[in-house]
Amino acid sequence: MSNEAILHEHQTGAHDAGHAHEHHHHETFITKYVFSQDHKMIAKQFLITGIIWAIIGGLFSVLFRLQLGYPESTFPWLEDFLGNWAKGGKLDPDFYYALVTMHGTILVFFVLTAGLSGTFSNFLIPLQVGARDMASPFLNMLSYWFFFAASIVMMASLFVQTGPASGGWTIYPPLSALGEASSGSKIGMDLWLISMSLFIINALLGGLNYITTVLNMRTKGMSMTRMPLTMWAFFFTAVLGVLSFPVLLSGCILLLFDRNLGTSFYLSDIVINGKILPNEGGSAILFQHLFWFLGHPEVYIIILPAMGIASEVMSVNSRKPIFGYMAMVGSLFAIAALSFLVWAHHMFVTGLNPFLGSFFVLLTLLIAVPSAIKVFNWLTTLWRGNIRFTPGMLFAIGFVSMFISGGLTGIFLGNSALDIHLHDTYFIVAHFHIVMGVAGMFGMFAGLYHWYPKMYGRYMNNTLAYIHFWVTLIGSYLIFWPMHYEGLAGMPRRYYEFSGWESFNMFGGLNQFISFVSIIVFAAQLLFVFNFFYSIFKGRKVTELNPWGAASLEWSTPIRPGHGNWPGEIPEVHRWAYDYGKDGRDFIPQTEPVGEDESKH
Amino acid sequence: MTDFFLIAIVAMIFLLIFQIAKASEYVSVLKGEEKSRKQTNRINGFLLVAFLILGLIGVWWCNHLFYGKTLFPQGSASIEGESIDTMMWITIAVTGVVFLITQVLLFWFSFKYQESDKRKAYYFTHNHKLELLWTGVPAIVLTVLVVFGLKYWFKFTGDAPRDSQLVEVTGHQFDWEFRYPGKDGVFGKKNFKLTKPEARNPLGVDWTDAASHDDIHVQKVMHAVVGKPIKMVIYSQDVIHDVGLPHFRMKMDAVPGIPTTLWFTPKWTTKEMKVRTGNPNFVYEIACDQLCGKNHFSMRGEIIVESQQEFDKWLAGEKPEYEKAMTPAEAPKTDSTVTEAKPVASITQ
Repeated sequence: MSNEAILHEHQTGAHDAGHAHEHHHHETFITKYVFSQDHKMIAKQFLITGIIWAIIGGLFSVLFRLQLGYPESTFPWLEDFLGNWAKGGKLDPDFYYALVTMHGTILVFFVLTAGLSGTFSNFLIPLQVGARDMASPFLNMLSYWFFFAASIVMMASLFVQTGPASGGWTIYPPLSALGEASSGSKIGMDLWLISMSLFIINALLGGLNYITTVLNMRTKGMSMTRMPLTMWAFFFTAVLGVLSFPVLLSGCILLLFDRNLGTSFYLSDIVINGKILPNEGGSAILFQHLFWFLGHPEVYIIILPAMGIASEVMSVNSRKPIFGYMAMVGSLFAIAALSFLVWAHHMFVTGLNPFLGSFFVLLTLLIAVPSAIKVFNWLTTLWRGNIRFTPGMLFAIGFVSMFISGGLTGIFLGNSALDIHLHDTYFIVAHFHIVMGVAGMFGMFAGLYHWYPKMYGRYMNNTLAYIHFWVTLIGSYLIFWPMHYEGLAGMPRRYYEFSGWESFNMFGGLNQFISFVSIIVFAAQLLFVFNFFYSIFKGRKVTELNPWGAASLEWSTPIRPGHGNWPGEIPEVHRWAYDYGKDGRDFIPQTEPVGEDESKH
Repeated sequence: MTDFFLIAIVAMIFLLIFQIAKASEYVSVLKGEEKSRKQTNRINGFLLVAFLILGLIGVWWCNHLFYGKTLFPQGSASIEGESIDTMMWITIAVTGVVFLITQVLLFWFSFKYQESDKRKAYYFTHNHKLELLWTGVPAIVLTVLVVFGLKYWFKFTGDAPRDSQLVEVTGHQFDWEFRYPGKDGVFGKKNFKLTKPEARNPLGVDWTDAASHDDIHVQKVMHAVVGKPIKMVIYSQDVIHDVGLPHFRMKMDAVPGIPTTLWFTPKWTTKEMKVRTGNPNFVYEIACDQLCGKNHFSMRGEIIVESQQEFDKWLAGEKPEYEKAMTPAEAPKTDSTVTEAKPVASITQ
């Protein structure tokens, strides 16, 4: 088997039963924890780096929510931390925009892309398809270290004198191309572009590995249609990333050229601060096409893994097969394919030809069909189940609730006739935070609570987990639901304050409320972080191989699997991953041969 | 000092929660894990259905509090925006029904089918009829939404009526400038290389073009006639801005190098809106809706909508920019150099 051959050198002797991890005594701290080629360790590296970024990105949102909620107040302690960026305890507008930009960049790319699919694709793909490791453990390791390098550069940009990038996470030129236009468009922007380029390399190396592993390294009997839905979701996610990230890379490189080499890809007819620039013939809109050609698939890169995780966790804890497996795979495929054909719905008000826009309206609203299929299939999975509310399951249910709420507002924004009114207001802030941000995070939490026992051989504290879930669910709705009303009042996003406006100054109390709740929700996330790290060392130990009674392959490994995952032969697979409640049995593992008198499905 | 107390209190709360959490873990071990697990399951099942009910009440209450602050009660201030409001109501109705059904099912099923020793989960893998039903129905409903949406979209993105009032809007960090074409109805040519704010030519108008001589320039506040379509030709000089007109339900980016257009027909004068909204300070505001730098949040313009007579009176009182640029003592000199000499000269400066 090709698996064995590739891993043979790391794997010597793993075949004699039982003690996979003991063969790693010769491993040094460096090879085991730092430059590890074990997919499980790399997954944990992605996860912990992602958690650190999530704390930073979340903290940034708390800081700018302070400004939005309490525009009249000053917070002297801010000056202690931020110095000139918060003179007299009030955020500088430049820094406010830098915080907003970094919050978006960090959460979208570093947390919900690297932290979510980086963690779970790495951790679950080999375990669930039955492989000893990724197709190329070395590239996999490189993938993490490119992410690490991207993190270092992005982190460094926070400390430069002119501040980090501040043109919004979409970095539209000319604002991002001209240092004269904003202080964040000076060296901070170059660092942003370099960091993102490194990040894209990480995404490509990882993605190629995930695709290859899913296609080539499945164990005997694991046909594509026997894979758990998580595998399909990660597979399509990786395909999306591999096809769309290079386009962003080219966009970033051209922007670097415009910034530093005097080219005019995105620049034309510009007079800034009284200075007439020589650039002619470029198109600022070109960048938006390049950006959103990645940017739209990107939101599915975030949500598809969450969908896969929710499907798996929901089926296991309903003790019922996922309803409509083939429809679930088909709708994942449809969403992935359509995601490449809708990017210009972010650009309805850029002067895009309205006729061209109409195609994007049609294709965008088409995505609602596979999304509806998924929602109804999840609901039917719950129907007549025997549901256990593990923390993972609660987050999976919360995910579906958020996906419904946020998905439905997408039908407003995808329709150009409504988008012309709602574009760049708080309505869209509410929409994408619910459907991408919160739903993506819920998918991640569902996965973390569910597979934590497999990752660390211990359980997290349940009481803390339940508090975390309820505060986050309620808090997220309290924060984002009322924002729709602000959007329907036309209140623009990315405003530092609204006091100068007659049309938008009536939401002071609401803004204060939202800021207050967001601080509480942030605190609840710290509770999670504490629970996570505390339980690695002090959590209750897992004593049974398969604590959730799940049918998929990862639970047939030892409680703490070593590098290579299975001490003996990789088990053979005889059925799909969803035989729950069949023929009166609670569940039938994938490894069990189909019995003679077993009913068909 | 208060800061330290605050930090101490927060830390205490964290510690307290942690202690409770740890204690509950021990209790569950003592009580028998299976038993306490089932108890927790019942609690969470109850909380889920409670969340549904309180959540729906919350949705109603939120609407009660904030509906009046949205733009719906005052209605669209432009004729074209009416169709946007109609479309909005259609979409709210459709998505509202779906929202209610799916959220109720989600939480109700979770509650109803929570773990019980009496029940066995039902092995139900697929059902083609059901799946076709929830593929087909959304597809049909969405087709309706697309058809209505595009009908309205083409209506107000089509060509502006011929009798529209033309106005040119130019955005730059962090202000708006407006230009009216004067009696000839034609704007004088512009070239960004002629821009020279210190010589009273911030827009780069080519004064050699006679069409520019009757053009009227104003800053920050523009005027429009009620009931008469107004067509904006939108420019930006530096970064991307956006002409956001929430009351008229319209929006269009200002992109350097690529002029865009937007047209609409104001329905009510500013004075009428003061009465309609009950706000004596009401103004039609132009909000920049595309992040454009440090002072993006204060890039504000105004539109005064008035009767034709008031508008004519206002316009008659404004001097063409050409005259203003030529009259000041120092201005003609600099301007004549621009008019005579090659634009190239100004670039090299």
